[in-house]
Amino acid sequence: MAFDPVLYRELDDLNARYGEALDDGPLEDWPELFTEQCLYLIIPRENEERGLLLAIMRCESRDMLKDRVTAVRETMMYEPRYLRHHITNARILTQAGDTMSAVANFTVIEVLPEELPRILITGRYRDQLRREADGAWRFVERRCVYDSTLVPNSIIYPV
Amino acid sequence: MNPGTPSSSSSFQASLPHAPWAAAELSRIPYWLYTDQAVFAREMERIFCGRSWAYVGLAVEIPQAGDYLTTTVGNRPIIVCRNRDGELRAFANHCAHRGVKFCRQRSGKATRFTCPYHQWTYDLNGDLKGVPFRAGVKGQGGMPEDFDLSQHGLTPLKVAEHHGVLFASFDLSIEPFLDYLGDTNRYYFERVFDGRELRVIGYSRQLIPGNWKLMFENIKDPYHASLLHVFLVTFGLFRADQESQVKMDDTGRHGLLISRRGTQQATEHTKDIANLRADFTLRDARLLDPVKEFKDSATVVMQTIWPNLIVQQQSNTIAMRQIQPRGPDAFELSWTFFGYEDDDEAMRTRRLRQANLMSASGLVSGDDSEVIKLAQDGLKPYPEREAVLEMGGRGTHDEEHMVTETAIRAFYKYYREVMEL
Repeated sequence: MAFDPVLYRELDDLNARYGEALDDGPLEDWPELFTEQCLYLIIPRENEERGLLLAIMRCESRDMLKDRVTAVRETMMYEPRYLRHHITNARILTQAGDTMSAVANFTVIEVLPEELPRILITGRYRDQLRREADGAWRFVERRCVYDSTLVPNSIIYPV
Repeated sequence: MNPGTPSSSSSFQASLPHAPWAAAELSRIPYWLYTDQAVFAREMERIFCGRSWAYVGLAVEIPQAGDYLTTTVGNRPIIVCRNRDGELRAFANHCAHRGVKFCRQRSGKATRFTCPYHQWTYDLNGDLKGVPFRAGVKGQGGMPEDFDLSQHGLTPLKVAEHHGVLFASFDLSIEPFLDYLGDTNRYYFERVFDGRELRVIGYSRQLIPGNWKLMFENIKDPYHASLLHVFLVTFGLFRADQESQVKMDDTGRHGLLISRRGTQQATEHTKDIANLRADFTLRDARLLDPVKEFKDSATVVMQTIWPNLIVQQQSNTIAMRQIQPRGPDAFELSWTFFGYEDDDEAMRTRRLRQANLMSASGLVSGDDSEVIKLAQDGLKPYPEREAVLEMGGRGTHDEEHMVTETAIRAFYKYYREVMEL
């Protein structure tokens, strides 16, 4: 099925802004890319494939995303770090009016203060999107399904 | 090995190029203990592959004949399965021929195990059943006449199941699991594992760049929990001013931190807790919506079972945390989250939400994995120095408060016996 190239540009732009919010900030921009009622999950592929619902990060509303941002900013103790998102192969699966489903690959490189860059996590975004009244596409659902069973130490920032 | 022998400055310690660890000293822990390769090798041999019951999984993960899972005891890969009769078996994932780690799946169903290298084949009891070309080809080669299949099975482990939880031991003469656990720890174990059918809700696994003992120390240390974790102290989930106990078994190897939830308020007893944020609120309170579900008044029980298990019950998040050492500088922490088969929908959702606090990206446990790395980074260059463990005195007794490191000292009391160190 062929989709309007403009839709692809809009999707790529959304993914680019998503990575930017997490990598370069401000982090407060990240929840704004989701609809008010939404679902954000970071879920190991082994759980996803077995139908196990446990996610290592689970936010069920934009407010819960904001609570995560507050936790990263104020409550959690962690080594300072930079993330760098690489989001590729975005593909629209279905689209009808103001709703769309899409997938994309992600790889996040993490840089800790005295260490070389390393791959923190890699996997596939499985997205449901909606165009809202202001004309912007937002995530109704973003499932970040990561391929490894192990993560290197901790996932502090959303991916 | 005889863990009952009082520790003494052993020939092993004399062989190490380090400052000595004074006999019976428990309030000082030398930093070489966390970095030395010879210490690690001895831990694998004496602790993980010696006289201990290591957690290896839940019965519900392998419910039927032929079901298997792979895991490790210490750094040694093993398989746990049910044979044709549904009986539990465990053996090394290590071919008797050339040592190949032949089973490559995390779990599955099998009628036999075949090594991919030369196709040696084992049944579900770990007995060797087939060796290709055993009689040679065209009259040439083959195994010697006296080659005895029965002498080349997979290294067996003894298996114990208690209320749906599976343990295994390389020491086939080890005492029964309940004797090993002791009465006090049995009571709290059966508080979570009360015989109801469990339901696994998922896994989270992280590779933590620190020595495995730092993880055990962390969960035996209520002193840090009341200071480091903003989420715990702010919402009263675990805090020094609450009614609490620290309990051990007779040997000191198992431990329990038990506490009761308080409220989000600062009192004269919380003035040292810089991280208590009386004004902090969640925008979406569904994240923390704990309900009482156990018969006693405790709302958090963290149980450490020698040598590799943490049973976590914090509010409604219940999980096994399995410690799998990868060398002196790293361990895998493998979490199995579960609930009960009879949980209603609201409880299932609640457990999924509360997992935000405890996992590889936990709002609480993330503090711990991060601080363990900082501890390893900080202690590694100083093998000649030692940690100071004097909070709550220098003893190893049970306590009725959280301002103590007694459970860590008790752990090392038993550790020194087993290690003869």
